Amino acid sequence: MNAILNALRWFGQSEQWSGPDGIPQRLLEHLWYSGLAFAITLVIALPLGLALGHVRRGRAAAALGFAVVSSANGARALPTLGLLILAVLLAGSGVGPTLVPLVVLAVPPVLVNAYTGVRQVEPQIRDAAEGMGMTGSQVLWRVEIPVALPLVLLGMRTAAIQIVSTATIAAYVGLGGLGRYIIDGLKRQEYDSTAGGAILVIALAFLIQLIFTGLHRLSVSPGVRLSASH
Amino acid sequence: MITFEGVSKRFPDGTVALDDVSLECATGEITVFVGTSGGGKTTALRTVNRMVEPTSGRVLIDGADVRDRPPAELRRGIGYVIQQAGLFPHRTIADNIATVPYLLGEGKKRARARARELMERVGLDPALAGRYPAQLSGGQQQRVGVARALAADPPIMLMDEPFSAVDPVVRGELQAEFLRLQAELHKTIVFVTHDIDEAIKMGDRIAVFRTGGKLVQFDTPKNLLAAPADDFVADFIGYDRGIRRLSFVPAAELELDDRAVLPENASVAEARATGADWVLLTDSGRRPLGWVAVSGLATDRSLQHMPRAPLGHTFNVRADSARAALDAAVLSPSGLAVGVDDDGVVVGVASPLDLTNAIGRESAR
Ligand SMILES: Nc1ncnc2c1ncn2[C@@H]1O[C@H](COP(=O)(O)OP(=O)(O)O)[C@@H](O)[C@H]1O
Ligand SMILES: [Mg+2]
Repeated sequence: MNAILNALRWFGQSEQWSGPDGIPQRLLEHLWYSGLAFAITLVIALPLGLALGHVRRGRAAAALGFAVVSSANGARALPTLGLLILAVLLAGSGVGPTLVPLVVLAVPPVLVNAYTGVRQVEPQIRDAAEGMGMTGSQVLWRVEIPVALPLVLLGMRTAAIQIVSTATIAAYVGLGGLGRYIIDGLKRQEYDSTAGGAILVIALAFLIQLIFTGLHRLSVSPGVRLSASH
Repeated sequence: MITFEGVSKRFPDGTVALDDVSLECATGEITVFVGTSGGGKTTALRTVNRMVEPTSGRVLIDGADVRDRPPAELRRGIGYVIQQAGLFPHRTIADNIATVPYLLGEGKKRARARARELMERVGLDPALAGRYPAQLSGGQQQRVGVARALAADPPIMLMDEPFSAVDPVVRGELQAEFLRLQAELHKTIVFVTHDIDEAIKMGDRIAVFRTGGKLVQFDTPKNLLAAPADDFVADFIGYDRGIRRLSFVPAAELELDDRAVLPENASVAEARATGADWVLLTDSGRRPLGWVAVSGLATDRSLQHMPRAPLGHTFNVRADSARAALDAAVLSPSGLAVGVDDDGVVVGVASPLDLTNAIGRESAR
């Protein structure tokens, strides 16, 4: 109880709300790294996952899909901190190397879910789409993606939450973000600062969950939700 | 007209799905592809809209090779209905039906209005237009599948086992309604089924395929039943093909006997005089009432007071086939089928022997 009370008191202190070490500034930094990592993740993983799921003909395509998805799954097991230190050693500190572990961690869920989602679209549905005269890209955009959307969004949500939680490591290499409160707090034995930082990160993860729930409501067809519940 | 010219298909894994198939699907008719599972029916159907490209041979539509047109454009001009409908779960019923019009660039408003029209045509309540496929029964989904194929009014329709995923009662309804629709629309239809009964019911002509993609017989349903090309076809049609052939004999061709038909106030003596085991009593308007067994009658009273067996089914001499007459005979207590005209007036009765003779005459033709 005490820890929570202390953390609440910490939130109440006016110096937390202004200046370069204030919550608004740290939050912005955190969102900036996270947003950047998320955007890079989407640019890499979405087109690749959707395209690999869409291309079914031929053994080469199937083998490539399997290889990419397996290695993506393998990447999930990489230690984040180890990756960060490696990236910094190889490329020096700065925003770029910090993003590497975030992206490496976030690509697998987006890639695998997009791939699986498109791949799981029932063969008759695809057959009907082609048989009625849709071109390959029309089948992808008008049928496969809308039907796969719940899984695609799930992958994106997982990635976003992982990025926000993991972006705390930026503080290790001297960059800002909410991780600062946690690391500085530990270093200076100011545990209310550590707890405050942790609470902020958790709140951010919750917020992302909410945003994706809203996004799901807005973008997934009721028909898809109905057929999933059958 | 769709022409198959020596069409063969060997898949990359070596499976021969079609072996030198040549046939013509006449314009405005239903051509049924029937046969054992894996006989190449689906493959044959899919060569028409280039979902499958033949290894050799050609498929022509009205004389033009289907390969002369890009696949997507070709397909937009050919209706396509598949088993379990393959509806798009994320689109409403109206938007599912409007799929091809949308692809052709038609506006939402017009396409949806037309979708509602089509829903009525295929026996769906237009109030369902805003629902999603998951909210419809299997039979309703199949109707949507048919409406969707009809949406751009294509002259040709390809239907691959469109009714086989629904229960027999619904299937019967869908078949009957589709035939009614076809009588108005006169589409050129290729219809795949593994069910010989469905083939005989739906087909103007039937192509029988056997494993290995061989076309073994191409004929009208009537000829197929009368003269199967070989043992495979005979087996496939089944041992009851004799009885099935009665479907093609109009009841009007039966010779009906009216000697055993008596008014209900006739006497027992008159009944005995007919020499028949059973007499059919009729009311004053000569409508059938029921059967009386002559052998048990002792007294000389009017037939009105004698114990009466129920009439059972009757058949309509103008509209029914000899098959309906046979059903009526089998279900009748006297073993005789009662033929009536459109007003329900008795024309005469037929015995199973009369029906057998009718098949005999039919084959002699
Ligand atoms: N894409 C394919 N690759 C390999 N073999 C196939 C393919 N499609 C169908 N076949 C095979 O070709 C044969 C004919 O199949 P199909 O035309 O679907 O038969 P039917 O519709 O009469 O049941 C079967 O042996 C089937 O396994
Ligand atoms: Mg088939």
